Amino acid sequence: MTTFTVNGEERTVDVPGDTPLLWVLRDELKLTGTKFGCGVAQCGACTVMLDGMTRRSCVTPVSMLEGADIQTIEGLDTPEAIAVQAAWTAIDVPQCGWCQSGQVVSAAALLYEIPNPTDEQIDQAMAGNICRCATYVRIRQAIKDAAKTLEG
Amino acid sequence: MTITQSRRNFLATSLGLVIAVALPMRGRAQSGAALAFQPDGTEPTFAPNAFIRVAEDDTVTVIIKHIEFGQGPFTGLSTLVAEEMDADWSQMRAESAPADDEKYKNLLFGLQATGGSTAMANSYTQMRKAGAAARAMLVQAAAEDWGVDASTITISGGVLTSGDKFSTFGPLAAKAAMLTPPEDPPVKDPKDFVLIGKDRPKLDSLAKSTGSAVFTMDMDLPGMEYVVIRHAPMLGGAVASFDDADALKVPGVTAVRQIPQGIAVYATSTHAALSGRNALTVEWDNSAAETRTSAQMMEDFAALANSGEARAAEEVGDVDASLSESQNVIEMEFRFPYLAHAPMEPLDAVIQVKEGSAETWGGYQFPGFDRQAVAGTLGLPVENVKLNVMLAGGSFGRRAQPSAQIGNEISAIAKAAGRDGAWKLIWTREDDLAGGYYRPMTVHKMRGAVDTDGNIIGWHDVIVNQSIMAGGPMEQMMKDGKDPTSYEGAVKMPYDLANLRVDWVRAESAVPVLWWRSVGHSHTGYATEVFLDHLLEAGGKDPLQGRLDLLKGDMGRDRAVLEKVAEMADWDGTKVKGDKGYGVALHESFGTYVAQIAEVEDRDGFPHVTKVWCAVDCGVAVNPNVIRAQIEGGIGYGLGTVLFNAVTLGEGGVVQEQNFDTYRMLRINEMPAVEVEIIESALDPTGIGEPGTPPVGPAVANAWRALTGTNVTTLPFLSANGA
Repeated sequence: MTTFTVNGEERTVDVPGDTPLLWVLRDELKLTGTKFGCGVAQCGACTVMLDGMTRRSCVTPVSMLEGADIQTIEGLDTPEAIAVQAAWTAIDVPQCGWCQSGQVVSAAALLYEIPNPTDEQIDQAMAGNICRCATYVRIRQAIKDAAKTLEG
Repeated sequence: MTITQSRRNFLATSLGLVIAVALPMRGRAQSGAALAFQPDGTEPTFAPNAFIRVAEDDTVTVIIKHIEFGQGPFTGLSTLVAEEMDADWSQMRAESAPADDEKYKNLLFGLQATGGSTAMANSYTQMRKAGAAARAMLVQAAAEDWGVDASTITISGGVLTSGDKFSTFGPLAAKAAMLTPPEDPPVKDPKDFVLIGKDRPKLDSLAKSTGSAVFTMDMDLPGMEYVVIRHAPMLGGAVASFDDADALKVPGVTAVRQIPQGIAVYATSTHAALSGRNALTVEWDNSAAETRTSAQMMEDFAALANSGEARAAEEVGDVDASLSESQNVIEMEFRFPYLAHAPMEPLDAVIQVKEGSAETWGGYQFPGFDRQAVAGTLGLPVENVKLNVMLAGGSFGRRAQPSAQIGNEISAIAKAAGRDGAWKLIWTREDDLAGGYYRPMTVHKMRGAVDTDGNIIGWHDVIVNQSIMAGGPMEQMMKDGKDPTSYEGAVKMPYDLANLRVDWVRAESAVPVLWWRSVGHSHTGYATEVFLDHLLEAGGKDPLQGRLDLLKGDMGRDRAVLEKVAEMADWDGTKVKGDKGYGVALHESFGTYVAQIAEVEDRDGFPHVTKVWCAVDCGVAVNPNVIRAQIEGGIGYGLGTVLFNAVTLGEGGVVQEQNFDTYRMLRINEMPAVEVEIIESALDPTGIGEPGTPPVGPAVANAWRALTGTNVTTLPFLSANGA
């Protein structure tokens, strides 16, 4: 049994300790906004916030999560996340959409750390998130738009 | 159970929590595949045809016969209907059509299918007519209601008006439903378009930015089991024997079954299924498998180019004479690897079998084939099989399966279980990359000659690859044993070449091949536009002016995109400026004309592309926003491929690239800035999902050669004769 917090709610799961958080979220807790893309921390589709840091849930075994605080795309409600999602929607970043939960989580985390990122900082922070549709031009733009919104 | 109820039930169970996000949900058209929109009590009351549903709450739901995987048919086809109905964009909804090869056929293919960048091209008139019919019936209903002549009624923004009377669609829906649809309603003159041609927000962006969009892999049904399959490691291999003793000891694994596709592991969770699969021991029968290395196959293909077994795909003048007489023959051999599509959502499907009926959900691109396959496997009448086309996390051709690969696989899982129940099939990335159905490995052996005035006097292209169409339901489209998808783009070029021959040699292998974003154009665009660049240079010509001068007289659309891209990039004939090289490419595919100029830097001996300018002519630009997005994405897709990607077969035929660590995707730091201009046109719209992809490779290669002198003929760049 492992107990941790997901989107502010305490959850207890009874699964083998080597089960990746990704499958706990998707199969046990039915939080399917977090996506499977590679299973080896190469693509970022499964990115969640774990104790305030971005984390690839596909390589995070549930055994290390006792007492952890997890936020998924479904519970992301920081000002940065809301601004990022609004910017994403305003310029239609998503194409197929499969990677975008991970992109949004990474972008919100970036803006929390660096409110006004340069192109280089955006590239650096977002290089772990693959988009096969190559929506990268709009991801860059939407992050800048969100930064402006947050500036007020 | 009606379709609407079923969808709602599914959404109710799988979307137990729909998260409220502080974004405007109202006032923005939305996709029915992502969220349930029609609250109980507002069933659609007016269904003038198979494509349009009007509800009393004023919502207009468009039934979309094409699968949505990012290329935009939900938005595009809804725009056509909204335009002709004079609806307000915020009242528009969209949802996937069920499988029905008659009602929802692609008018260019004759069955329900998405592919060949045809969604807009084949739907343009059909969906406008559907909208115009609905409009006429609403007008007629209002005229009768108000006792006025129909000609006095105008509609704007979803409101009908005549004198001091006005109404939205909803209150008229019940009455309109009683009327007979007009047979051939007139559609608007393009000059009167209000929505078509304007940027329009996409229907599915919000749901896809909040994690609430529901894809196949996100589905959950009561009692559903999770299934993964151990497929043969060598393409064309089959199970000889297996030992499941250890797999069955894994907690959560409920069954292991042999099916025609491999060994299926059933479990109560994805993780248990994967753990069970890891514990399997399988012996393979590789007697029918491809056991050559891809390096050996490439040598074999290159040898076939000289075998004399070619079929002529196009012939003009006498190329043998022109080449044999020339003192200045240039030869070049291009080698293109197998490529995986690698959609971000790996292949998957869900099936439920209950009391002699089956229902399946998936990213089905040829739904009729898959529905038939499910019925065939389970021994059910086809009308007892319901198929739901889901949002898909990319395809790029991978889900366009004449073989009904996934329909066969998901139904084999249900059949082998031998009982009623529900199952979800999940492919891993390793299954995907090593699973075949690749872009065909291809050799172009090219010879050309330039005379003393710099004119191209001969062009010979011998193309060697496997046929995509042979051996399946598409084979009937082949004429004289020739598969046009093997050489499309190398024939019917826009250039005036007096002596030209394009030959095709069909190669054989057990490696399954498939259409991959832009199909034949994915290699012909590169080979022809890089080789042409050489010949122009050998003749002392400018790459841009040289192309313009070479265009046939009636190639005005090619000319317009070339001239436009030259203007955008301030082309002045200088191929190297400072530390940047510039290259040009022009390639028409799927009826859409695209010219690109790439700006490339040398970073530690490898190209870094900083900018791509692109001019595109795809006829009427229904939604410029989606067109620009598809060009941006098509460029990124094509660029990552030419720089990094090859699927290779190692010793014994085992696929070497198993995940994104070795099959490297383009990342944001490698994405160039992209500037797109769309040529204004009143011609019927053509495709946009694929045409952005072919020109970027040759534009980059031409720029790289200008900058460094290195000529890349073996792809990807990240390989032996690359950088």
